[in-house]
Amino acid sequence: MSLAERRVEREPTAIDRIPAPVWALAAILLTMPAYANDFILFQVMGWTFILGTIALSLMFLAGYGGMVSLIQMTVAGLAGYMVALFGNSGIESLSLFLPWYVYIPLAIVIAAIFGTIVGALAVRTEGIYTIMITLAIASAFFYFSRQNYSIFNGYTGFNLVIPPDLFGVDWRQPVAFYYLSGGVALLAYLAVVYVSRSPFGLALQGVRDNPRRMAALGFNVTAHRIAAYTFAAVIAAFGGILLVWQNSQISPGTSGIPAVIDILVIAVVGGIGRPIGPFIGALIYVLLRTFSPDVLTALDLSGERFKTVIGLGFLIIVFWSPDGVLGLWDKWRAARDKAEDPLRRRAK
Amino acid sequence: MQGFAARHPFWALVIIVVAAALIWLVFAPWPDALEDLIGRKKVFLNAVIGGITLGALYFLVAAGFTLIFGLMRNVNLAHGSLYLVGGYLGFEVAEATGLWLLAFPVVFVIVGAFGLLLQNQVFRRMEGEELRQTMVTIGISVVMADLMLWIWGAQSYTLITPEWIAGPATLPIISAVKSNGELVYLKFPAVRVAIFFAALVIGVAMWLVLNRTRLGMLVRAGVDDRDMLQASGVRIQYVFLAVFAFGAGLAGMGGIVGGTFQSLTPGEDTRYLLASLVVVIVGGMGSIPGAAIGALIIGLSEQIGVVYAPTYSVVFTFLIMAVVLAFRPQGLLGARL
Repeated sequence: MSLAERRVEREPTAIDRIPAPVWALAAILLTMPAYANDFILFQVMGWTFILGTIALSLMFLAGYGGMVSLIQMTVAGLAGYMVALFGNSGIESLSLFLPWYVYIPLAIVIAAIFGTIVGALAVRTEGIYTIMITLAIASAFFYFSRQNYSIFNGYTGFNLVIPPDLFGVDWRQPVAFYYLSGGVALLAYLAVVYVSRSPFGLALQGVRDNPRRMAALGFNVTAHRIAAYTFAAVIAAFGGILLVWQNSQISPGTSGIPAVIDILVIAVVGGIGRPIGPFIGALIYVLLRTFSPDVLTALDLSGERFKTVIGLGFLIIVFWSPDGVLGLWDKWRAARDKAEDPLRRRAK
Repeated sequence: MQGFAARHPFWALVIIVVAAALIWLVFAPWPDALEDLIGRKKVFLNAVIGGITLGALYFLVAAGFTLIFGLMRNVNLAHGSLYLVGGYLGFEVAEATGLWLLAFPVVFVIVGAFGLLLQNQVFRRMEGEELRQTMVTIGISVVMADLMLWIWGAQSYTLITPEWIAGPATLPIISAVKSNGELVYLKFPAVRVAIFFAALVIGVAMWLVLNRTRLGMLVRAGVDDRDMLQASGVRIQYVFLAVFAFGAGLAGMGGIVGGTFQSLTPGEDTRYLLASLVVVIVGGMGSIPGAAIGALIIGLSEQIGVVYAPTYSVVFTFLIMAVVLAFRPQGLLGARL
């Protein structure tokens, strides 16, 4: 006992336990504005953070709750619409021009309520049924927002939706937007990690693995699932607000069926096992989306066929690694560890 | 269905009253007070019959979807793409040969063969992994949608209705009474009437095959308990192949029908996928009569909604789905989840 006490000089703190690659990644991300151009910062990285945040909310539901919900992009779109409606936009007859400290919380609360209602409907079903029902609701929202002119301004939607001029910074400038979206993505990531380790998150994972046993232990299975939808809706709402600011416009197509599917593709390609997966998936998606037209044109193919490339990539990932890129990484690590196993008498 | 009236006397009464009211609305000449309230009878009748024919089309598309789902537990989200590819192929065949009817068997065979390929090469490799199968179908639908956009472009196509069913048909339904007492009968596009009867024939044929033949027996047994059927020596893979090919072919033929009285554009695939989803959610997954009832309800609500509340017709569909989910999550005629 005393020996052990002498040997341990100091408990490793939380900061000590952060592995070196994370420090390296943080350093690269923090200093990126120094050497990356505006296009990379605003279009590639900003979009990656936004899509990653929205896909993160799906990852939370799918990975920890076992509920593959296709409603997350719709929730994000609704939050974006609410920002345009209560805040500022080019459609002066509809926008209410409230101050930012009113319309941002309002948008998030409305999106959260919407997500909760959809969740309450969706948790009545399981597995593939959840996909079908959330997809149906997402499509209904798309068609509704396209036909409704009194709230959603129909086909055209809202344009000139710009972020508030906080602290004298124009948040649509590439560097400012890079840090803003990156900061929100980091906060969302930390929130998901924290919640996944909280009693609520652990109970949710218990519900995912064995709902009947959790119910027998006295947990309210339905309430946990609905609360997970609410939490995911809040995260998706942040992503949606950033998305409308990045594009400075929002229209029904923002949360149309292809966009809804894209979020699923991103989450699955990245891997729904861990919160970092959606961001990896988002980076891959954005890179493909941004640069595959150029590559395709260089190969004498039409640049418009990038969707085929993305779809095929998705198919390949789902075929060979259901856990996404993270799954491939884990497989590679497991293979390496196995090769080093001295008991199996295999050389390195 | 047996003993429904005995078990639920109240709901049976409600259904009878609603059905009687509908029949009266359709067949009786309307009193003036009613016409003042909700408009002319002709408009209402057109909406109702349009809804029924739209429901017939939805049934064609959703029947294969629900059958595939019921037997293989596979949510085929590429079903809408099968519909659209069937429509485009039907258009090409009809253009090339000038024979509208020829398009049906050709498309049924081609799209059915594609379904065979999908089932044998893709879904069989991941049997039992429902979520993964669903993801794969999403990937397939994304790729197919883009390839179809590549081949056929973004413009809309309409199949030309052959002459023998073009033009209006007079239905034995009174739409108005002239001042001199003469009865005016309702006129309606004949092609839509033909579609309705085709769907009726196909629906009855499916019901007969499912309930009166050995293959139908195997399919029903598979829907109820796949493992037991396999254990009793049936080569269930062949049943799967047959059902998948049939469902895919049916969706392809639905594409021709839809391309004839509506149009074929990119995006129609998701529209019909959504319709199929809602129809089977409302009607009950894996049930053919459920698909028929669901298709009828959704078609009617869409058309009546378009006439009387144009902005919110989509919301009606959604509301029906939400209400069904809230009170009967397994669907109107579905087995318990």
